[in-house]
Amino acid sequence: MAPVTQVEGRAYPFGRANIDTDIIIPAKWLKTITRAGLAKGAFETVRAEADNVFDAPEFANAPILIAGDNFGCGSSREHAAWALLDMGVTAVIAPSFSDIFSGNAFKNGILAVALPQTAVERLMDVARTDPIHIDLEVQTVTTRFQDRFAFDIDPFRKNCLLAGTDEIGLTLESGDKIASYEASAATARPWLNGRLAA
Amino acid sequence: MASRPRTLYEKIWDEHVVERRDDGTCLIYIDRHLVHEVTSPQAFEGLRLAGRVVRRPGLTLAVPDHNLPTTRRVDGEGRRIAIADSESAQQLAALEANVAEFGVPYIDAVAAAQGIVHVVGPEQGFTLPGTTFVCGDSHTAAHGALGALAFGIGTSEVEHVLATQTLQLAQSKTMEVRVDGALGFGVSAKDVVLAIIGHIGAAGGNGHVIEFTGSAIRSLSIEGRLTISNMAIEGGARSGLIAPDEKAFAYLKGRPMAPQCADWDAALAYWRTLPTDAGAAYDRTVILDAAQIGPNVTWGTSPEDVVAITGSVPDPASFDDPGKREAAAKSLAYMGLSPGTPMQDVRVENIFIGSCTNSRIEDLRAAAAVVGSRHIAPNVKQALVVPGSGLVKRQAEAEGLDRIFTEAGFEWREPGCSACLGMNPDKVPPGERCASTSNRNFVGRQGPGARTHLLSPAMAAAAAVTGRLTDVRELMG
Ligand code: SF4
Repeated sequence: MAPVTQVEGRAYPFGRANIDTDIIIPAKWLKTITRAGLAKGAFETVRAEADNVFDAPEFANAPILIAGDNFGCGSSREHAAWALLDMGVTAVIAPSFSDIFSGNAFKNGILAVALPQTAVERLMDVARTDPIHIDLEVQTVTTRFQDRFAFDIDPFRKNCLLAGTDEIGLTLESGDKIASYEASAATARPWLNGRLAA
Repeated sequence: MASRPRTLYEKIWDEHVVERRDDGTCLIYIDRHLVHEVTSPQAFEGLRLAGRVVRRPGLTLAVPDHNLPTTRRVDGEGRRIAIADSESAQQLAALEANVAEFGVPYIDAVAAAQGIVHVVGPEQGFTLPGTTFVCGDSHTAAHGALGALAFGIGTSEVEHVLATQTLQLAQSKTMEVRVDGALGFGVSAKDVVLAIIGHIGAAGGNGHVIEFTGSAIRSLSIEGRLTISNMAIEGGARSGLIAPDEKAFAYLKGRPMAPQCADWDAALAYWRTLPTDAGAAYDRTVILDAAQIGPNVTWGTSPEDVVAITGSVPDPASFDDPGKREAAAKSLAYMGLSPGTPMQDVRVENIFIGSCTNSRIEDLRAAAAVVGSRHIAPNVKQALVVPGSGLVKRQAEAEGLDRIFTEAGFEWREPGCSACLGMNPDKVPPGERCASTSNRNFVGRQGPGARTHLLSPAMAAAAAVTGRLTDVRELMG
């Protein structure tokens, strides 16, 4: 994964709450066996609406999406994160995120920035005309109008994003610990190792 | 640590910590992993590109379910019928190639045990109390009904589990959802979980693991509990645990992948230590009175949009929150409903009895009991019954339930996810309405433009025979 430090540019002022993963990428697009190419199905039902933000020329290739509460609720499909990436979105700002989506976003180097409702509304206003700047290092979202909103992020996730860590590689460095856990679990709960014949 | 009272969640968590990092993140060991064809191809591809192997192939079990058509899978000569949709066929072929290459146990598309991952897991005894249990599917929460810490993961995490048998996780907060009292006549587990989601909201459990407690939950069968835990995710919680008890142990005993002989005795002794200790604290507790819960349906496009079947479509103006008001208005426009319409006046053209929420034998029995010798209403164009697994299907056929359904005008199908998410050919046509026992009423979930009302299997059967959303109690003896 490439390191992530800053995201800057226009932001889709989308704003809707409870955006589920079926809206981000409908099921019919999930038949792929690769990660790429999902932008064409992203927000399909929203894009069918007249004057939707995703087809407005001023937001073309915007790297940021601003949404309402509980963004990414619903299924665990990582295709939702891949679809955003394929659209060029590398940060989402919302009052809250579903737990599974924020995990998937993180694994794909997408910043899921949670801010209070009032801050999100202010950024929606700015986004209609001006770019937005997210700085992961100092954990702020700023605009050219002196807005400055601080956000929280899990320190483990922050470090991984800044360093562009390969998480599996990192875990495999703890291979000895995993092996010794397996050895003691095999004694404590031997029934879990029974042969699982399918 | 031994002296501090702990919740069921904390006990399972503590038992699975491989490594604790300074920032609070833990490396958690994963005991059980289910894989299906939709969320796994990119994970296996990732392993292949990095030259990695599956660390413990025997702890993963793969089953295809999402894409498979629910029409006949073998022809008269016993040959497999190829999937017509080329992308679905390719996804199934990818799964078959991946399990062969990486040595993962596999239940194939025509095996008797094939079914929806979350039906197959408990049924095979793959799901066990006190285990950490994951699958690239959000309804993995279901397995919490047997006391497994079970949750849905994304494809990168699937890859992580395959490669390392662990996940990097931060501990969740805990939320107790207690339902006390006796359930009323005609009220099922589905009505209870819809009531819970209506109460806490679709984001109510975000950041939390729910434990369902109380006498009403304990009184449910394992099938009913699976329905409850299954929908924890619709309330925002990644997991929905229920303390394992004698009912759970009786359910598991003798299942093909459950422990046997001395292992069984040792497991049982351990499982009995799992329930939450007296005096353990939850971060939040929500209490519902079972006596207040009646048959429920959804009216909108979020599972939190719940109303009693005796109620009416709400007026968006009645919501205090401006965001909710706007969302409700959008939902009603999509659903083609106007405020104040009694729910029982809403006519339906489609019936779907199936999905990992409600496709087990008890669900089919409940629906068949309501159907009885009745026929589906003339305005119902499509009525599907899709058993959760081949074993459920076989059991239902042995009990003659299939004949009750087919004589009433239902289609009796092969097991799979089917119209729950419309990846296979089973869909609800645009603009049409479906009384569905599945778990999500999202925009387009059952097909583009489809309008979904979530309800219990008995209520779906009632809607089928009357052609409109119906209070099942009026049809019950
Ligand atoms: S039945 Fe529906 S909810 Fe369950 S696993 Fe299949 S698609 Fe997901």
